[in-house]
Parts: sequence; structure tokens; C-alpha cells
Amino acid sequence: MKSTHADALTRPEIHTMGTDKDANVTTENIVTATPRGDRPVEPLVFEKSIPGQRAVTLPPLDVPETALPSEIVGGGFPGAEIGQLDLMRHYTHLAQRNFSVDGQFYPLGSCTMKYNPRINEWAASLPGFTGLHPLQAETETQGLLRLLFELRGFLEEIAGLDEVCLQPAAGAHGEYTALKVIRAFYHDHGQSQRNKVLAPDTAHGTNPASCAMCGANVITVPSASGYTDVDALKEVIDREGADTIAAFMITNPNTAGLFDSKITEIAGIMHEAGGMVYLDGANMNAILGKARPGDFGVDAMHYNTHKTFSTPHGCGGPGSGPIAVTTKLAPYLPVPQVEYDDVRSMFSLNYNRPKSIGKVRSFFGQIGVLIRCWAYIRSCGPDGLRDVAEMSVLNANYLASQLHARYETPYFEPGKGKWCAHEFITVPKSLLAHGVTLLDIAKRLIDYGIHPPTMHWPVHDCLMVEPTETESKRTLDTFIDAMSRIADEIESHDDAMHDAPADAPVRRLDEVAASRKPRLTFTDSQ
Amino acid sequence: MNYTQITPLEREEMLEAIGVAGVDELFSSIHPDDRLAGPLNLPPAASELELQNELNALAEENSGAHTHACFMGAGSYDHFIPTLIDQVVGRGEFLTAYTPYQAEASQGALQAFFEFQTQVAGLAALDVANASLYDGATAVAEAAMLAVNVNGRRRVLVASTVHPDSRAVLRTYFEELPVTVVEIPAGPDGIIDPEALAQAIDNDTACVIVQSPNFHGLIEDWNACFEAAHSIPKTLGIAVFNPIACGLLNRPGECGADVAVAEGQPLGTPLQFGGPYLGLFAAKNAFVRKMPGRLVGETVDTDGRRAFCLTLQTREQHIRREKATSNICTNQGLLALRATVFLNTLGPQGLAEMAEQSYHKAHYLATRIAEITGFALKYPDTRFFNEFVVTCPAPAAAIIEAAVHEGFLLGPPLDTPATGAQGSPNDLLICATEKRSRAELDSLVEFLAREYGLQTSD
Ligand SMILES: Cc1ncc(COP(=O)(O)O)c(C=O)c1O
Repeated sequence: MKSTHADALTRPEIHTMGTDKDANVTTENIVTATPRGDRPVEPLVFEKSIPGQRAVTLPPLDVPETALPSEIVGGGFPGAEIGQLDLMRHYTHLAQRNFSVDGQFYPLGSCTMKYNPRINEWAASLPGFTGLHPLQAETETQGLLRLLFELRGFLEEIAGLDEVCLQPAAGAHGEYTALKVIRAFYHDHGQSQRNKVLAPDTAHGTNPASCAMCGANVITVPSASGYTDVDALKEVIDREGADTIAAFMITNPNTAGLFDSKITEIAGIMHEAGGMVYLDGANMNAILGKARPGDFGVDAMHYNTHKTFSTPHGCGGPGSGPIAVTTKLAPYLPVPQVEYDDVRSMFSLNYNRPKSIGKVRSFFGQIGVLIRCWAYIRSCGPDGLRDVAEMSVLNANYLASQLHARYETPYFEPGKGKWCAHEFITVPKSLLAHGVTLLDIAKRLIDYGIHPPTMHWPVHDCLMVEPTETESKRTLDTFIDAMSRIADEIESHDDAMHDAPADAPVRRLDEVAASRKPRLTFTDSQ
Repeated sequence: MNYTQITPLEREEMLEAIGVAGVDELFSSIHPDDRLAGPLNLPPAASELELQNELNALAEENSGAHTHACFMGAGSYDHFIPTLIDQVVGRGEFLTAYTPYQAEASQGALQAFFEFQTQVAGLAALDVANASLYDGATAVAEAAMLAVNVNGRRRVLVASTVHPDSRAVLRTYFEELPVTVVEIPAGPDGIIDPEALAQAIDNDTACVIVQSPNFHGLIEDWNACFEAAHSIPKTLGIAVFNPIACGLLNRPGECGADVAVAEGQPLGTPLQFGGPYLGLFAAKNAFVRKMPGRLVGETVDTDGRRAFCLTLQTREQHIRREKATSNICTNQGLLALRATVFLNTLGPQGLAEMAEQSYHKAHYLATRIAEITGFALKYPDTRFFNEFVVTCPAPAAAIIEAAVHEGFLLGPPLDTPATGAQGSPNDLLICATEKRSRAELDSLVEFLAREYGLQTSD
């Protein structure tokens, strides 16, 4: 049933934040943009297939053929046949149906959707890097090994920790790897009984999931007013027994966008108990060059280079999740480690680390991502990185200060001098009291050409807004304007809210049906 | 250059709007003792021009498949990559988006992943596939995790001919869990003897993992291995496959596999020193709710229009937390996009030709090398796909080093830690894909004969 209100709704175009618009774009001219009408569905590539079409051909075979016994030959790949132009159009159409940092403001909290500098793309695509086989002799790959070794050093310095392992494929993989390293340390020190890992109730889902993969038990520590409840932490330690605890996984700045000023006290409590502090470094953007985890008591941490160090998110990866640890944990890091070998005067990959937990992935790491990370750190330099932290915090506080009157911010209280870090959460209770849902607000933002913030995490009914340092004041003001208009729409009981998005390539989806009877592949019988 | 855009004037305006005197006030929650006193000890900022020069110099220090004829395989393959791929994945709409949580604003990525899943299921000849995992090795470990979760058993049998990285990761993943990983040795022909495998299977066997073509390029008897696996009800057969080979050879589902995983790098991702690559994961329908990773499903919008969204998210860490099927969050989206563009560009015919040409060129090369006195195929009677082991008259490491000076990338030697230290020093793994011209194949043979060929008689 199609609501009449949807038809009455003005239909802003979705790609309004890009360069195709007047440079002085404001929500004023966005909402008065002419409706485009329904977009057609883009057929699946399989539906576009025409037998006999080809997008590319191979040169003819130039060696004699060898017999192919029929028992090893299979039925072949059942894919689409399509010419190059129609294939290119297919992807152009798909691209046009996607929000991205390049096209839209994308304040997805915890994900640090900053601009992805193009020099990094250029660097990672140099044939002198992309052409290297992972098992080549070290003598042939010294340039790349040098870069990786330097990056190790940069990340050790930024963390204030002793040794970095570049291998993990993403943040979650870094968590897993570091927890394995911590467990290996305890095994080696006759404390195998330390198999409990504490994590706040506001932790990202990967934290408990990574613990479980290591065979560790996760114990949840409650939070109080957005922070770790220190008394609760002590109670949990007493209840569980100090000598059963391996680590406390803490995100700082935390997932509510707050820097926990009790971090050294917390670290002290953990170390007293004989345990370690693991930092989920997803929010490192806010403290680059301002504070270092190693200096505030952290024993091990991961970075998400796709957040902090501007490597692109690629529709969901590839990321990379280097980990940094103290000297006492270093012997347990995965093999191989990129090192400088003084004896041979060259960079090398060292497998000879007898206490290592072994391998956690194929080959050595997300090299292409790490090259981008190196280029970004070199481009920023020490002052530039500190500025990144300052500007990301400035931008977030600016947004919070302009929005909190209508979108309540439980932990941002300017009157009390309580600021946020690089992101903040809003729980817009008074707006929701008008009978709209958080989903309505999020989807309406799409009509304003803005990617919705993170939803319902770390607390129910919250939006987590992270503008990042790369956004201009004009873009921030456009967002503030859009949020205010949405608040107006809610308060005037405009039913448009329930029908949003009106002008995205599709309207709101039936996600329940999708999971009830999952259709995960295209079949001709459909 | 840090790509910020706030001008000094705007900064003042913003501080005033917030109601603070300076940015430092916003950092008041960091205790002064916890703050970094001076600047980070890092090299000073470099301009883009300086960086271009520096990076060019670092890149030029390396030789690789861009400078040499690459005969290396062992889990990372130098295949033809159509130009279209970089053109498509370089588009900012794909490059700079994230996981498609907001379906209405992410239909492009979601549809591409739905197409990718369909293609991976097609390559594996199984029902369903996910939207990628980190790489081939972690995909093997995740597949074994699925098996353990599905049937609750405690033994994982893995062929010793599976890629050494995959086996190493498997050991790491299960080391803390109450599950034993048992390696099944290969027979003298370099492949798993299905009867020996059948002997090793018991009622507590969760799964049997067999890679084909295996680490030495040899074609395993999946049919017999998975038949052996299924002799115990509920034991899963896990196939580790090469996606290019699926254009020609038997696909996992055709041979009785329940789950199939692969290193997806050959599908349009350059060698790039081993990463980022992507893990492919396909399975029978029965296991879909236990699968790791993102899944894209088809649905409709309120107007009944076809649309796509992330689905079955209750398996995932952000909902199920410690009970999730896997901890994976960020996967390898852009690599999955590369793979799907690659498969659409080549099409079924192109993939078949790529596989056939690799097969014919590797066989031509193997035959010619085996003709050189002193060189022999290590497994002359076993079928192989695009790579094979040669026993050489000299240590492989020395041959590899000499070959570099002649313009060939050879290796790896099979007795090093990077390759699981399984072979003898004179064993050399050699690969040929469709990219190697006859002239390159012939000149490699000529080099080996000239430098290392033994005199037949004297
Ligand atoms: C706080 C936090 N921790 C961990 C993760 C997991 O990182 P990744 O997605 O890189 O695996 C994320 C992001 O997704 C996060 O926001």
C-alpha cells in the first residue's frame, strides 16, 4: 500500500552532497530540488547475459595441448556472458546506487569515515608493490620490507608501545591475535587458569566474539554514566577471582564518544590483579599525538587503519588491524615479523621466534592497505596527526553543541564542561515521543543526501555521530540544518517521516522477510 | 598535509559556538599526566610531491612479476587482470563506502555482493556463499569451526597437502579449544590415499579437509575422500579449491563437498606481496545459519521492488556477541568486488580458457623440464593443474637466485618455514599460468638446461 504522503513529499535527489551541485548547497535548495521520479531496478548481471557476448578475450594458446582426462573435467562456471560496454554500464548504475564518502557526508559513528587521499591509492597501485610475490627472496623486496619496517616503527611510536605486528586483517582479527598473544604469555608463565576476559557492556560485538574464539570466558562489566564503573570492575574482579582474569578489553575514547579519565586507575586495578589492559583502538583518531595508550597503562591494542589512517573502507574492507604490545608480550606475536637484520644488513621476515603463537593468516598482512597507511602517516607528520585529533574533536563538539537542544546528548553537557571526543551519541527522546522511530530519522536523512549515523549502539535508540576531521564547516552546517528540518517534520507530525526514504533507489526494505526465507543467490527458477 | 578543511577563522567561530576558549579545553577529560608532552617522534610531514618521489624510489627497489617472468605459485598466482577491474573498483562510490548497513543507501554494493555470492556458489557448485572472509587460510579455519559447531565433534582431519599457511592457521585457531587437529599424510604419489583417510575417520570426526589442486599442484580424489568422510554420518567434507581451476576441473559440489573454501586472489587481485586477498566460502543450504561473515539477501521494498540487504545478522557478532558464528566484522569487500567484476569480464568461456591455457602451459613446461637430464618430476604419475614439483640437480635456493638474474621469478623452495618446511632442498615448485608465453617457457627451459643440465654420459 503506497501512502499518499509519500507522493506529497518533496523528493530531494540523493547525490546532492557532491560536486555536481551548486557549491553553495544548503538544505534549502536540497528540499526544493525537483523530484526525479522512480528509478528503474537495475537487472542482475545474470539477467543481462546474452550467450556469445564477451567483455575480453585471451590470446590464442601458443603451446601444444595436453590431454584432459574426462574424469577430472567438471561442468564449468555458470556465469553471465556480457559485452564490455554493457558490463561497464552495469557497474556505473550500481555505483550510482551507493552512498560513499566521496559522494555524501557519512557520519557513521565508530567507523571514522574520513576522506581517503588519492595519493595513497596511487602508492598502493605502483607495480613495484603490486607485482611482488609473497614468497620471493628478501633481497628482491627490500624497498617494500623497508616501508613495512618503518610503518612498524611509526605505529609503535603512536601507541607508545614496544612492538607492532602488522599482520591482522582487520580490527576484529587484531583483537583475536592480541588475545591469543596474552593467553600465550600466561601459559608460558604458568598461569593458564587466567582465561576470563572482562569487557564493558558497551563494547563492540567483536570484543566478546574474539574472546570466545580464543576459548576465553567473557565477563561483562557494567558502565555508569557512559564510563566504566570502577567499583563494579573491582567487584567483578573480586567475584571472579583476580587470578582467573587475563585482561580487560576497553575502548578509549569509548563507544559513547568519551575519553575515560580513570583509565590509569583502571589499568592500575588490572595490573594489581595480575591481568592486562587491552585497548580496542577503533577510536584512536581522537587521541593521535595527544595521548598514547602505552603511556596510560595499556599492554596491548589494535589499530583499525581503515578508520584512523584513512585507508578506504571499500564497501566493507579490506581493512587492517595491526596490534601493538609491550616488550613482555612481544615474543608471542605471530610469525613472521618484519625486522632489520644487522648481520646481513638488510630487512627480513623473521620466522625464528620460538614463543610465537604461530600464524593467524595467509602470508604476512594486508600489504596494500599498509602502504596506504604509511603514506598517510608520512603525509600528516607528527603535527598533522595531532591536528587530526584536534579537528576531529572540534568537529564533533561543534555538531553536538548545535544539535543537543533538540537531539538529547546524554553525555555531552556543555553547561558542566562535559565535552565529547571525536564522536557523540544522541538519544532523541523528545522527538521519539512524537511517535517516530529512530529508523524513521535515519532513513529520512537519506532523503537529505546524508548517510545515517550508526544506530542503536552502544545503547538502544541512539544515533552515534562521527563527523571526522576532514569535513568542512559548510558540510557540518548542512547536516545541522538537515537534522533541524527533520526535527521540524517530526514536531509537525509530517507523515513523510514514516515513508522515508522517498527518493533513494529503493524505498524502505522488508528486512524481516529477507531473513525468514533467505535468498542468497540468483537462480533461474526465480 | 592532513586533509582537514576548517580554516583558522572557522575554527574560532566553532570554538565560540561550542563555548570554549580553545581546543585544549575539549581534551580536559584526558588527565594532564596522561597527555603526550611533546610531538610524536615521527618524520616531518612530506608534501605529495616528495611522497611521490620517495614511494617511486621504494617501489623501484623491488623486482617482481612486473619486471620478471613469474613462475611462482604456492597460493598466490600471477593471472591476467583485465583493465576494467581497476576502473570499476577505483570508483569512489565503491572505494569509499562502508559495509552496507543502510540498505537504501547501499543498493549498489549489496547487489554486487549478491552477484558475487551467486558466482562463488557457482564456482563451488554449492547452494550458497558469503560476501567474503579475510583470506584463504582463515577461510579454512572458519570452515572447520562451522563443522565443529554443526556436529559438536572434536577432531578435525586435514590433509597434509593443504597449503601450509592454512594448516598453520588451523592449528592456531584450535589450539585453545577442545578440538584436535589431525594431519593425514600424503601417499608416495603426493596425494591423500582415501583408504588411509577412511581409517583415520571416527565417530568424533567433525570434518575432513582436502585441497585440490593441493599445495604441490596435484589433483586430489575429492570424490573418494568425501565418500570416506560421509561413511560416518554428519562428518563434513570440506573442499579447498582454486577458483580458476573451477573453470575446467571438477568443482567441489560435484564431488560431494558440503563446504568449500578458497583463496580468491586469482580472481583479479594482484600478487601484492600476499595481501589484501579474500577468502571464498560456499556451503550447502543446510549450513547457512551457521555460516561466518556477511550475507546479502534478496527482498522487496514497500513498493514491491526487488532490493537487497544484509541478512541473517543474528549469526553475527554485533547481535550474538560471544555466541556469534565468527568475530568477523570488516571483511574484504573491495576484493570481492574485484572478483565479481573479474568473473563477469571473463565470463564462463574466458574462465574456461584461462584454466585450460594454464593447464596446457604448465604441462608443456613440466614435460620440457623433465627432459633435461638431472631434472625429474617429483610425482610423475599424478595429475596436476598449473603447478608441479621438480626435483633438481642442485639446491632450489641456488637455482632461484641464479634465475632472478636471468629474468625469471622461481620458487619457492619447499624446505623453508614460509612453505611449511616439508620438502627436500632440491625440490622446486613451478607454476605456469596463461600469462606465460611460449617464449618465456622455452627460455626458462633453456636456462635450466644450460646452467644445471647434467651431461647424459661420459
Ligand atoms: C569499537 C570497535 N571495535 C572493533 C571494531 C571491529 O573492527 P573491524 O571491523 O576492523 O574488524 C569496530 C568496527 O567495526 C569498532 O567500531
